[in-house]
Amino acid sequence: MSIAARRQAAAPWLLVGPALLLFVGVVLVPIAMTVLLSFHRWGQFTGIEPVFVLDNWIEVAEDPYFSEMFLRTFRISVIVTAAAVLLGAPEAYVLHRMRSPWKGIFLLIVLGPLLISVVARTLGWALLFGGETALVNLALLRLGVISEPLRFMFTETGVIIALTHVLVPFMVLSVWAALQRIDPRVDDAAVSLGASRVTVLWRIVLPQAVPGILGGAIIVFALAASAFATPAIIGGRRLKVASTLAYDEFLNTLNWPLGAAVAVLLLIALAAIIIGANRIVERRFAQVFE
Amino acid sequence: MRGNGFLALAFHTLFIIFILAPIVVVCVVAFTPEGFLSYPTHTWSLRWFKAIARYPEFVDAFFASIWLGLLSSAISVALSVPAALAIARYRFRGREAITALFLSPLMIPHVVLGIAFLRFFTTIGIGGTFLGLVISHVVVVLPFALRLVLASAVGMDRSIENAAISLGASAGTTFRRVTLPLIAPGVASGWALAFIQSFDEVTMTVFIATPGTTTLPVRMFLYIQDNIDPLVTSVSACVIALTVAFLIVLDRLYGIERLLAGREVREDDR
Repeated sequence: MSIAARRQAAAPWLLVGPALLLFVGVVLVPIAMTVLLSFHRWGQFTGIEPVFVLDNWIEVAEDPYFSEMFLRTFRISVIVTAAAVLLGAPEAYVLHRMRSPWKGIFLLIVLGPLLISVVARTLGWALLFGGETALVNLALLRLGVISEPLRFMFTETGVIIALTHVLVPFMVLSVWAALQRIDPRVDDAAVSLGASRVTVLWRIVLPQAVPGILGGAIIVFALAASAFATPAIIGGRRLKVASTLAYDEFLNTLNWPLGAAVAVLLLIALAAIIIGANRIVERRFAQVFE
Repeated sequence: MRGNGFLALAFHTLFIIFILAPIVVVCVVAFTPEGFLSYPTHTWSLRWFKAIARYPEFVDAFFASIWLGLLSSAISVALSVPAALAIARYRFRGREAITALFLSPLMIPHVVLGIAFLRFFTTIGIGGTFLGLVISHVVVVLPFALRLVLASAVGMDRSIENAAISLGASAGTTFRRVTLPLIAPGVASGWALAFIQSFDEVTMTVFIATPGTTTLPVRMFLYIQDNIDPLVTSVSACVIALTVAFLIVLDRLYGIERLLAGREVREDDR
């Protein structure tokens, strides 16, 4: 190899080098250390013992407390994803059909909250759900939907509503991006051939929006399953999900190995679900993506 | 087939109320004159905004968050620009895997990252330091910067660079005078998005922050865990107001949807 060719081959490595070193050193190594940590033993008085045992994994697998908590995390994530599809996809379509300047204004209102602190947004739901400022119950009672105030704080319903609010903009963004790629002339062609609005929506728009809906669903599911601040504030100490449980083991009980096992299991389960979903989506909708 | 029907607009109205309600409620309750959480029905008062000044822990955390955001976004952009140019232009072994690694913090639960960083920093002896916070934030916000820089690097017309080189410009001059200005919108929007992501990050930071070095969202989160009072509401209202101002500027400059979708920032119709 000539010197010029060698320099040419080295160039990309020199360019990605700094970031690559950082990511190997500060992402891959710490995650490997965490996996290793989950096999260590922990004692109330002895602290972390650097041995290789399966104790934590057996505890996570056998104690029904953990399976219940993982099941709850999964259930909340599935419901939040479904709610995000049902609310976000139609909203993206409405936005798509809006004219300027409304389109720009409402895109900003819908997508903007993604950049507003999750703690501040969740605080808003805590105010709406409980205490003197519980407008949700007040509105429902006024409208006659319910006869008694509902409990939202420290319940799964409350966590689901707040998480849907936090994550639905991702769905709108994803579906909106998919709708942008549709050629509006196809709509017009269908209408000029005598198709009704419903037919156009069902036969033309929806099939083209499906990749966006599925892509958005994967993002929303992943973020719902790993959400922390919202379930911690709305769910409180009693309603634990995977990430709040790991937090408790780390910072309250100080049982780091057990917390690491919970976190690693969350990572593995999430990776498996996302990769599996991607496979199915790619196989089923290969023609849509091309 | 333009415009929306009555049903669509009714749905849209409810959706917008759903999106805005919690944000508006925080801002309204912050103006309460009472000592407890309530709506300012009779008069609006700045009492709880003035009270923030008496709680240095919020003020200090705010400045720590600003510094952390500025440092980590600057470093992540400085690392992203060469990496994005390499990924956009060269075909080398491991290119896909390296790109996936750089984007992985978007998909790894931040709880896992927080735990991994806590373990790692304690082991190497920089646990609870500002340096640790900066390193971890660089990793978490780098994917946002990389995506936007990458989008503009891929969309760039390379013939302009070739023209500069054929006219005798050195590699350094070409980069500074031709390449950088061409990808500037991507770099600037990537920097802005990285900054705001760092400023908002709570899940990972809560693991590695200590009372001495903490950020505003973490301070707010820990405060809310103990009790919710008008003080934390007025702090939140300030954060919301600052973010909205930043957001409107960003939207005017680049278009919020492009920024978040991670696509090329260009001057075309909305």
